[in-house]
Amino acid sequence: MFHPGGVHGARHIAQSLHHVKNAIRGTCSSKLLMQQKAAAAVAVESKKGTVTPPPTGPAPTAPAAPNSVEVYIDDKMVMVEPGTTVLQAAALAGVEIPRFCYHDRLSIAGNCRMCLVEVEKSVKPVASCAMPVMKGMRVKTNSPMTRKAREGVMEFLLMNHPLDCPICDQGGECDLQDQSMMFGSDRSRFTDIKFDGKRAVEDKNIGPLIKTIMNRCIHCTRCIRFGSEVAGVDDLGTTGRGNEMQVGTYVEKLFASELSGNVIDLCPVGALTSKPYAFTYRPWELRKHESVDVMDGLGSAILVNSRGGEIIRILPRVHEGINEEWISDKTRFVYDGLKRQRLTQPMLKNSQGLLEPVDWEDALSGIAARINRVPGQEMAALVGGLCDVEALTALKDLMNRLGCETLCTEESFPMNAAGTDLRSNYLLNTKITGVEEADLVLLIGTNIRFEAPVLNARIRKAYLHNNLRIASIGERVDLRYETDFLGDSVHVLAQLADGDHKYSEILSKAKKPMIIVGSSSLQHGDGTAVLANAIVLADSLRSKMSSNGDESDWKVLNVLHRHANQVGALDLGYKAGPSAIKQMQPKVLFMMGADDGVVQRRDLAGDAFVIYQGHHGDKGAEMADAVLPGAAYTEKYATYVNTEGRAQRGNVAVTPPGMAREDWKILRALSEFVRGSSVLPYDSLDEVRKRLAEIAPHLTRYGQVEDANYFRQSKDLVWNAARPGHSGQTLPAQQRELEDFYMTNTISRASRTMAKCVTAARHQKSTRYGL
Amino acid sequence: MLPSIVRAATRYVSPSTVSRGIASSTPVLSSHLFVHRDTDYNNPDVPFEFSPDNMKRIEAILAQFPDGHKRAGVIPILDLAQRQHGWLPISAMHKVAEVLDMPRMRVYEVATFYTMFNRQPTGKYHVQVCTTTPCMLCGAEAVRERLKEKLGIDKGQTTKDGMFTLSEVECLGACVNAPMIQVNDDFYEDLSLKDVDDIIDNLRAGKRPTPGPRNGRTCSEPIAGLTSLTEEPKGPGFGLQAGL
Repeated sequence: MFHPGGVHGARHIAQSLHHVKNAIRGTCSSKLLMQQKAAAAVAVESKKGTVTPPPTGPAPTAPAAPNSVEVYIDDKMVMVEPGTTVLQAAALAGVEIPRFCYHDRLSIAGNCRMCLVEVEKSVKPVASCAMPVMKGMRVKTNSPMTRKAREGVMEFLLMNHPLDCPICDQGGECDLQDQSMMFGSDRSRFTDIKFDGKRAVEDKNIGPLIKTIMNRCIHCTRCIRFGSEVAGVDDLGTTGRGNEMQVGTYVEKLFASELSGNVIDLCPVGALTSKPYAFTYRPWELRKHESVDVMDGLGSAILVNSRGGEIIRILPRVHEGINEEWISDKTRFVYDGLKRQRLTQPMLKNSQGLLEPVDWEDALSGIAARINRVPGQEMAALVGGLCDVEALTALKDLMNRLGCETLCTEESFPMNAAGTDLRSNYLLNTKITGVEEADLVLLIGTNIRFEAPVLNARIRKAYLHNNLRIASIGERVDLRYETDFLGDSVHVLAQLADGDHKYSEILSKAKKPMIIVGSSSLQHGDGTAVLANAIVLADSLRSKMSSNGDESDWKVLNVLHRHANQVGALDLGYKAGPSAIKQMQPKVLFMMGADDGVVQRRDLAGDAFVIYQGHHGDKGAEMADAVLPGAAYTEKYATYVNTEGRAQRGNVAVTPPGMAREDWKILRALSEFVRGSSVLPYDSLDEVRKRLAEIAPHLTRYGQVEDANYFRQSKDLVWNAARPGHSGQTLPAQQRELEDFYMTNTISRASRTMAKCVTAARHQKSTRYGL
Repeated sequence: MLPSIVRAATRYVSPSTVSRGIASSTPVLSSHLFVHRDTDYNNPDVPFEFSPDNMKRIEAILAQFPDGHKRAGVIPILDLAQRQHGWLPISAMHKVAEVLDMPRMRVYEVATFYTMFNRQPTGKYHVQVCTTTPCMLCGAEAVRERLKEKLGIDKGQTTKDGMFTLSEVECLGACVNAPMIQVNDDFYEDLSLKDVDDIIDNLRAGKRPTPGPRNGRTCSEPIAGLTSLTEEPKGPGFGLQAGL
């Protein structure tokens, strides 16, 4: 029953053509749009008509600058730029110098002294992390002087460090352990003949995520610098002086940051460890699985650690394009939500109207019996933001085969003018790394600090180091850096688009402006006006840039999605928003991972049959007549497209619990039961992925960002359509305060750790010290 | 990465005299706590506002620093707060943070680093006895014991009537006039035990004893008159070659 993909692809195209026709009242040809929609992969330069191949691999590294200086590391010459530190130069020469306080992404403190090295003609050893190179410098990283200096420093550190490695959670991944083995002395002169013990420091309570054992602290101040530089939360510091100095908060206070968990990774010893992970496993006992995060639209790179079919912890992976090496607390600590509230058995409603566990065959045949009675035009599907591309493809193929064309996402998107037909309208076009080049960011209706914490950290970084200027429109929120607050409603944006706002001049002077529209603001009644005005504003800024002779293809317009795979769903041709479902009042509604409660029973026909497929018992399963247990993001091979349009692969870390199965397989099985010739033409993951590539090739070009274009056409469409009006109400921030950050999707709502965080944030707000 | 072979080799090269120098001294621990605990007299709700006069002083202090570096005024302004309130409650630190628009933690760091910021209530007279080496050699320990006896408190404590707080401090820079004590801003130097009694009695009586040396010196000149530079100063040209 294999259907050639071409036939199927044609149906898809026909559907999006239908879609496009409804939306377009402008000059742009629908053929052009369709072309982009169906094969969004190839970036077509519309004016010139040339086809540019997609970028492959990273850009070649720049040749050595002419003014670079030569340095000799252990007699090996390296050419480095002036201003490089000795430690960095050594890294280039392949020599790793031990360190505790130095960290690539933090400012240089130079206080641990572990990186001391001998430099020729220097009497004393030199702290290599803080010493800039000089021409012809000869560094000896393995001389007797260097080794003695390291051993001395290590001996001092160990004098006050407790020997509790056997009960320390850092054991096995502890810098102090490793470096004392590698560089320390084999004996100690520490003799506690008076039994007055090592330094003892009180443990601090800084929240439900981070466990502190301050006796182990070696005062590297990485956590303090992280708080102050990356997170922008100056809650940690040193109090006291000399031998009495301690790292802490002075007053008892929550470390009130959405990125706080990163200090656990930063801490080179076991002073800051993970509370939920405490006393569970040693790192070498865990299996590591590279995967992708789904807690926000960025798709941060993560490493899922599992043992015995259970997820033990989640750590970040380095991805310079997305998350550098940070992840948000929700990403890191949400995993206990994967063990609770799970759907583990297929269920059908019995005659009393109660959901009753049944086996797969009964469930699928029961569902098929109901589906077969209803024509395709009276069916609809609704998908949530956590669904992967494979499942979305299978669902769309299945529903299309049944004659159903109403497939919607829970998240809305304005559909006037080009809407989601032009990919450039819904992507973060300048990419996440664009923040580093930009000189002005205009945030519209987004509390980016909680909607994309890692991106906010990058904006803060550019704010600190590149003099990035940030302006904001929408409800006033604390982003942990200074912003030019322009107003709280779309009215200001409309003025900016027309160029008659006092900020217009500053905007137009920007060399690389970025407009970031939060998708939460597009859910609002004024969402249409927000997007339309943002498109017009972005276009005028682009044309100013090109009239100033700027040849770079800087894209200005960005949409920041809140959900992991919203872009994937839109790329596949799902309609944004449930309005079509509400209008048609379907008799069968297939909900896949739709747990935000945007469609209620009252929106459906009276005797509607609701199927819920997903991994958690939440709002979706509550209203369902049939429940199909699916797999969560750590339990399936899945593709997610992040808000930039970057397709990424998640891998299986553990198997789905109970009778739950991978989502596309459930749909494939269901297709055997339903009427006619609806059997889906793929039996393996590879075949599903071939199908993805048929629909849109970029979905299987993993790790790469597929650019979009047609900004000018999009603007023309907006301009020719009636200018959308607006109510002028405040654009609300969905996540206002820290307590709103932790529970935003069905997994985090099931997590006890996240619940504790909410409680802690609320409690902190009520104390005399506030947040 | 240091190969273990190299390490093993160096072990034989290095002198293997395993004479363990067992030298140990008990670390002197500060009597202060470097974490804050809310009490009924020291919590964020204790009212603290700068007086109008002090607000003017703050303006004057901040005028010394360029824009963007106003935080540098944190030490003088904390001092101002301490002078106004007698000691430095947490609410005063919060006020300073507010005035300087800096994170509270950064103010706590400064206030805990400098020992002259008193984060616990002090008596009306803060008696600080220096026991660093020169003073110790000249009898500071006896002075300290006499003060303890006289005031009926141990170091770090305050008398019940709230008049005196006794602290033992490091060098106050009056070594030539050792031993010495500092009471609030006044130095009392070259002390005998009788002088100690006298100073405390006077303070109790509400009088301010004259600050300065107690052994007849006016400052730090030798007690038995000059021992050098005793002759008349030579005029200009002294010792020059005749040819010049």
